[in-house]
Amino acid sequence: MNVLQYMLQNRVEVLELTGEHLWLVGISTLLAVLVGVPLGILIARRQWLNKPILGTANIVQTIPSLALFGFLLPAPWIGERADRLVILALMLYALLPLIRNTYTGIRGVDPAVVEAARGMGMTENQVLWQVQLPLAASVILAGVRVAVVLSVGVATIAAAIGAGGLGEYIFRGLAMVNNQLILAGAIPAAGLALLADVGLGWVERRISPKTAG
Amino acid sequence: MTTPAGPAVIPSTVIEFHDVSYQVQSGRELISHLSLSVQAGETLVLLGRSGSGKTTSLKLINHLAAPSKGDVRVQGRSTQEWDVIRLRRTIGYVIQEVGLFPHFSVARNIGLVPRIEAWPEEKIRARVGELMQLVSLAPELGERYPRELSGGQRQRVGVARALAADPPILLMDEPFGALDPITRNELQHEFLALQKRLQKTVVFVTHDLREALLLGTRIALMEEGKLVAVLPPGEFVKSNDPLIAAYNEAFQ
Repeated sequence: MNVLQYMLQNRVEVLELTGEHLWLVGISTLLAVLVGVPLGILIARRQWLNKPILGTANIVQTIPSLALFGFLLPAPWIGERADRLVILALMLYALLPLIRNTYTGIRGVDPAVVEAARGMGMTENQVLWQVQLPLAASVILAGVRVAVVLSVGVATIAAAIGAGGLGEYIFRGLAMVNNQLILAGAIPAAGLALLADVGLGWVERRISPKTAG
Repeated sequence: MTTPAGPAVIPSTVIEFHDVSYQVQSGRELISHLSLSVQAGETLVLLGRSGSGKTTSLKLINHLAAPSKGDVRVQGRSTQEWDVIRLRRTIGYVIQEVGLFPHFSVARNIGLVPRIEAWPEEKIRARVGELMQLVSLAPELGERYPRELSGGQRQRVGVARALAADPPILLMDEPFGALDPITRNELQHEFLALQKRLQKTVVFVTHDLREALLLGTRIALMEEGKLVAVLPPGEFVKSNDPLIAAYNEAFQ
C-alpha cells in the first residue's frame, strides 16, 4: 500500500488533522500579527527600544520548540490545554519575522515622502495609516509569509504534547517505524507550507506594483 | 452712499526670524543668529550653496525643525505657540524630491490636504480639477500614478498639492533643481505667471543665481548658517560684497 492510497483511505482523518494544523497555525499567526506589527511600529518610532525588543524576539527564536513547550507548561491557563500552549509557542516564534519586517518596511519608506506628509500637516496617525503602513505593506506581508511557513513546520511538533495536527501521523509513524505513516503527515504539511508560500506571495505581488518605482 | 474703505495696503510681515539659531545634537550650528522678515505677497529667495542652511531655515518656518535659540513667527505668532498641524496646513510645501505619495493617484495626491481637512468629496474633486488646470496638467493624468509621470509633471503635481487648500504661504525647496534646463525654464515662467495671479507669500530655496534673479522680489544670500545680505535682484547683481561678488562671478 503506498502513501497516497493510505491517505485516500484515511481521508477523513487526514482532513481532520490538516484542519487542526491549519487552526493552530492560523490562530497563532493572527495573534502574532496583532502583537508583532504594533511592536514593529513602536520600535520604528522609538529607536532605543529596537535592540531590547528585537533581541528578545531573537532569543525566543533560538529556543528549541520542545523546550519552549516545556517552559510554558507551568503557566496558568496556558498550560492547562495543549492547544493553548502550542498556539502561544507558535505565536512567539512568528513574532521575530513580523516585528523585523514591520520595522524594516516602515524604515524603508522614502524619507522625502514621510517628510512631505508631515510638512503638509498630516498628524502622526495619518502619516502612519495613510503613508507608512500602505507603503510598508508588501514587506510586512513578506514577514507574515515567513512566519506562516515557519509555523506550519513547527506545528508538526505540537503532536508531541497532544495538541493534534499533522504531527500525529509523523510521531505515530516514528513510534511504529512506519515510513508511510510519517509521509502521510509530512506530505500534507509540506503542501500546506507551499500553498501558504505561493498564496501569500501572490497577494504580496498584488499589493506591491503600485508602490514600485 | 458711502463705500467702506478698503483694507489699507501696507506691507505686512508674514514670516519673521528673530535672532534664530539652530543646533543639531552634536552641537554644530546649522543656523546662527538669523534675523529676517518676509512680507505678504513677496517671493523671498534663500540663495546659498549646499549646507549653507537654506533648507533648515525653511523647515524652521513649518516647524519641521524647532529653533534652539530665538523665535520664528508666522502671521505674528511664534511657531512654538502654533498648533503644529494647523501651522503646516496654513503653509504649502514643495520639496525637490517632490515627496509625492507613490501609492496615491495624481488626483489623490493633489486632494490630500483638502481630504484630511475633511472637505466634502464633491468640493475636493472640483478643486483638484481646478488645480490641475492651473498647473497645466491634462485632466486624464489624474488617474495616473506618480511613477508614470515625467519629472516636470511630477513637480507640477507637487506644486498643485501644495496649493490645494489655498494656503497663504508657500515654501519651495529647490523645486525645479532636478529638472532638465528646458523644463526648468518652462516651470520657472509658469511659476512667475502663477505668482502674479495668486500673490502668495513665498520663500523659495535655490543655489541657482539665475533662478533667484528671475523669481525673487528679494534675494537673501546665506553662507555657513549666516545671512550675508538681503537685496532686491537689481542691487544684488551690482553689490560689491565679496561673497555676493563671488556668486555673481560664478554665474557669469
